[in-house]
Amino acid sequence: MNNTITIGGLVAGAFLALLGAGFAHDDLFAAHMWVLFFCLAISTVVVVRRVDFSGAGRASSRDDQSGYFDEVIRYGTIATVFWGVVGFLVGVFVALQLAFPALNLEPFLTFGRVRPLHTSAVVFAFGGNALIATSFYVVQRTSRARLFGGDLAWFVFWGYQLFIVMAATGYLLGITQGKEYAEPEWYVDIWLTIVWVAYLLVFLGTILKRKEPHIYVANWFYLAFIVTIAMLHIVNNLSMPVSFLGVKSYSAFAGVQDALTQWWYGHNAVGFFLTAGFLGMMYYFVPKQADRPVYSYRLSIIHFWALIFMYIWAGPHHLHYTALPDWAQTLGMVFSIMLWMPSWGGMINGLMTLSGAWDKIRTDPIMRMMVMAIAFYGMSTFEGPMMSIKAVNSLSHYTDWTIGHVHSGALGWVGMITFGAVYFLVPKLWGRKRLYSLAMVNWHFWLATLGIVVYAAVMWVAGIQQGLMWREYDDQGFLVYSFAETVSALFPYYLLRALGGAMYLAGGIIMAFNVTMTILGHEREERLTGQATANLQPAE
Amino acid sequence: METYTAMRHFADSWGLLAMALFFVGVIFFTLRPGGKASADRAAHIPLKDED
Repeated sequence: MNNTITIGGLVAGAFLALLGAGFAHDDLFAAHMWVLFFCLAISTVVVVRRVDFSGAGRASSRDDQSGYFDEVIRYGTIATVFWGVVGFLVGVFVALQLAFPALNLEPFLTFGRVRPLHTSAVVFAFGGNALIATSFYVVQRTSRARLFGGDLAWFVFWGYQLFIVMAATGYLLGITQGKEYAEPEWYVDIWLTIVWVAYLLVFLGTILKRKEPHIYVANWFYLAFIVTIAMLHIVNNLSMPVSFLGVKSYSAFAGVQDALTQWWYGHNAVGFFLTAGFLGMMYYFVPKQADRPVYSYRLSIIHFWALIFMYIWAGPHHLHYTALPDWAQTLGMVFSIMLWMPSWGGMINGLMTLSGAWDKIRTDPIMRMMVMAIAFYGMSTFEGPMMSIKAVNSLSHYTDWTIGHVHSGALGWVGMITFGAVYFLVPKLWGRKRLYSLAMVNWHFWLATLGIVVYAAVMWVAGIQQGLMWREYDDQGFLVYSFAETVSALFPYYLLRALGGAMYLAGGIIMAFNVTMTILGHEREERLTGQATANLQPAE
Repeated sequence: METYTAMRHFADSWGLLAMALFFVGVIFFTLRPGGKASADRAAHIPLKDED
């Protein structure tokens, strides 16, 4: 392939980055532009070396057989596994930093810089790559059409990786706009917007040229995720840069309006990125792995509309007892509680898909992973609305309970459904009969599940203890504990949390090994549950 | 009237009513008597091919 446009774009981008580094308004922008310059320069060399002058060697032969554009999905699957392990590793590191402050290695590896690196690595790098890869896979299969836009899908994939690298290096350099899950500064936000519009074009274009008359429900969820994230990202990042060649920008909103915009964004990043997108995954991969249709298709439609109608209002529950008007806090609480209905409807729909095939939970470790994911979806969407109730929130807010809740959703729901999808996809994408090892999937399942249980249980205890210590008064009306005392009391819980995270990371590393061996074409000889009896002679 | 107040009034009156009606309409349309057969067909979309 002669990537003339790609090479031109990369060279022009590298040149602009060099100019940006040279004329930078501040040192951080210069440093960040050097990072960009080297990324683009190396990419240019890689792409130039792949130019094929024979003129005949077009698209790879594997793609021609299925008619689908799968090469970008193979890259996306590898990126998912890679960023997953990186994100979990950084998570264990920040967990240990909380227990042992000496691990704050200044200036680049302090908690304040590494923590957004962890959240962005797991949410946007691991979760985002999983969503992009699986959405490309699902939309092609359920539309029976090749991806729209040709190489535009490659732009989406590599453009998104560039966003991840720029965001991550920015955090370590200390570049942040201080908005949770929206830390990247204005120029990185603009780049993500461009990539996201390309993503929307590819996805929507494929739906428009579909050969299947009906748009399958998984695509509805994926599309809601793409459109809503575009809206949230643009509005929350409306800001004015101090200089065209500097990192700093100021938000278009002030005070509590900025806070509400941020948590409208923040909670819907959870609702549409980590929920709607991954529900798209659930509605395709669970029926595929179980080999039966979803329990109730009509329930899935109601699940969809109820979820998107209610989630968008739930954000104010992040701002209970703040300067936000009381009616807005109550609105956020009420909508959060109403979310119980669609969430549990969706969970029941996912679980009941196995109705009549419950034995698969015993015999199929991939199915077990997906079922555990749905169970955690149900548990964390029960816990979340409960925590949004003002009386509960007055105890739970700002404590580690919140962190425990986020992780039961992120590790349990998002992580497990993604692992299930990866294990489903890898043999299919690389044309292997089966995974390298199902026993390793089983190990991954138990390490991950027990890791989450340790993590969430420890954070419940830590969070409630912390909340109770903060509000403990003596009979004179004085606070009983100083803040430092409440911090040191948490030390054992922080150690156990790091242990839970390390177990989850170990599961991730086993997955990376298993996936690598499957891609390389190896098969481990093993005897599996449910197949053990297959060799027995029937009694006649 | 101030823009904020006007939008606020619209949001908690006609805007709210329109969205609530749309939502109720969706539920009725989804659960309409003839909907089951087409829903069952749609549910089988992922299972129709081998990949």
